[in-house]
Amino acid sequence: MNDGVFTELLDLACGAFLLAAVAVLWLRQLTSIVRAFALQGVALAAVAALLGLREGRGELLAVAAGIGLLRAGALPHLMRRALAAGAPGGDGRYQEDVSEARETRPLVNVAASLLSAALLTFLAYAVARPLVALDPTPVTRALPVALAVVLIGFFTLVTRRRALAQIVGFLLLDNGITATAFLAASGVPPIVELGVSFDVLLAVLVLGILTTRMRAAFGGTGIDDLRELRDR
Amino acid sequence: MNGIGTAAVAAQVTLVVVGAPLLTGVMRKVRARLEGRAGAAVTQPWRDLRKLLRKEAITPVGTGPAFRAAPPLLVATTAVVAALVPLVSTATPVGRRADLILVVALLGLGTVAVALAGLDTGTAFGGMGASRQMTVAALVEPTILLAVFALSMPAGSTNLSAIVSGGLHDPVRLVSPAGLLATAALAVAVLAETGRLPVDNPATHLELTMVHEATALEFAGPDLALVELGTQMRLTVLLGLLASLAAPWGIATTTTPLALALALAVLTAKVALLGTALAAAEVFWAKLRLFRVPELLAGSFLLAVLAVTASYFLTGA
Repeated sequence: MNDGVFTELLDLACGAFLLAAVAVLWLRQLTSIVRAFALQGVALAAVAALLGLREGRGELLAVAAGIGLLRAGALPHLMRRALAAGAPGGDGRYQEDVSEARETRPLVNVAASLLSAALLTFLAYAVARPLVALDPTPVTRALPVALAVVLIGFFTLVTRRRALAQIVGFLLLDNGITATAFLAASGVPPIVELGVSFDVLLAVLVLGILTTRMRAAFGGTGIDDLRELRDR
Repeated sequence: MNGIGTAAVAAQVTLVVVGAPLLTGVMRKVRARLEGRAGAAVTQPWRDLRKLLRKEAITPVGTGPAFRAAPPLLVATTAVVAALVPLVSTATPVGRRADLILVVALLGLGTVAVALAGLDTGTAFGGMGASRQMTVAALVEPTILLAVFALSMPAGSTNLSAIVSGGLHDPVRLVSPAGLLATAALAVAVLAETGRLPVDNPATHLELTMVHEATALEFAGPDLALVELGTQMRLTVLLGLLASLAAPWGIATTTTPLALALALAVLTAKVALLGTALAAAEVFWAKLRLFRVPELLAGSFLLAVLAVTASYFLTGA
């Protein structure tokens, strides 16, 4: 693989990575949000695979396969199950749709959050400048993209009301951190990556259970209802 | 070889003027067939125009120069844009002046003229339509300009001929993240600018939902014919521009008659294909609520911003 093709493919993968994060902010249907997140997992795996091919490191390819399986396969599947668990049953009677399939009223409206995403991207580029200047290769030049995804993930985490949208925000944050590791230092050792991946998987499993419990207790996962902790 | 360059410009303008109603006819036909109707003939828009042109010119009482100047101005600005944009050949005598910012400004002039005419009638619908049209235009303009900047950065110029021939010689530029994002942002902007679904429904005459139709409500006879023709020409030119920027293959860079004839055929095919795809997609789209339109346009604005940042940072300025 020559330099030009590698740079183009890496840029494309990074572009798709950032675009998926933007799509999470743009979309309202939670199923579409989960789909965008799965696409981001594919893009992240592509980044890792490209780096592995470039540097001829087998373990990086294995990590890429693991990331693809976990972030584009397992995590979206778990989230879809959590979504389906809350869907109204099809017994013919009219039921109020409490499945919360949409992010109806985010704290910051969609147009404003898209503009904020633009600002956050600029911020990421500004912050990453000195880092890129240390060793300006095509790989480190894409570093701001990863930082922008970290910031957008954090923004999603803060401004969305539905528990599932917040989980996606948390996972975007994690995707961004992983991408930063890949782009800045061509990845952390596989054992660390493995540990982080299991951590994320466990977090999503626990959050999934928590979502179900919340729905059972309050009939919804609007985080606003959880203002006070009470001991009864 | 200046003669052939001039011929190319003439061919472009003629093709746009003659082809625009036909494109609309094709799009209506595609839509009708997909909805299970037989649909009118492809030449029906031309027959409508002929019928309208034969009628007597009537202007409502109390309207002034803004109302009378709007239809010719709309057609004239669009015709100038059709001459400037390198749809068929990049080696035209006006190619050096085909600045993208100028093109955007000319299109904006046409929009403003129609909106002013809508205000001039003094009816409720005209004012409402004008206000909505200006809202959409104000949101579309920054998107188009940013997408333009993203496209002009690798070419080092906002000249359309330079951008298109740059894309022809260096196809990698077209599939780079910046190029793809800018094309996507531009596509959404074109949909909003030409008043297609999901921003505006071109087939509606329902008072509360229409945007463009409301400003054109008071026109009759030849004026209405000009407004319709102008709107159809805008759609054709913008689709052609999008095709030239995203897939410039087939555009003549030399001034030989053969290349020119080939480019004309390729342009017709590309625009017809884009129009058919748009008409087919519109069958499945619903019109967005007016208050959701800013969301869509903010999204395309963000795409344009990302395109600019990507073309600046990733390729390493």
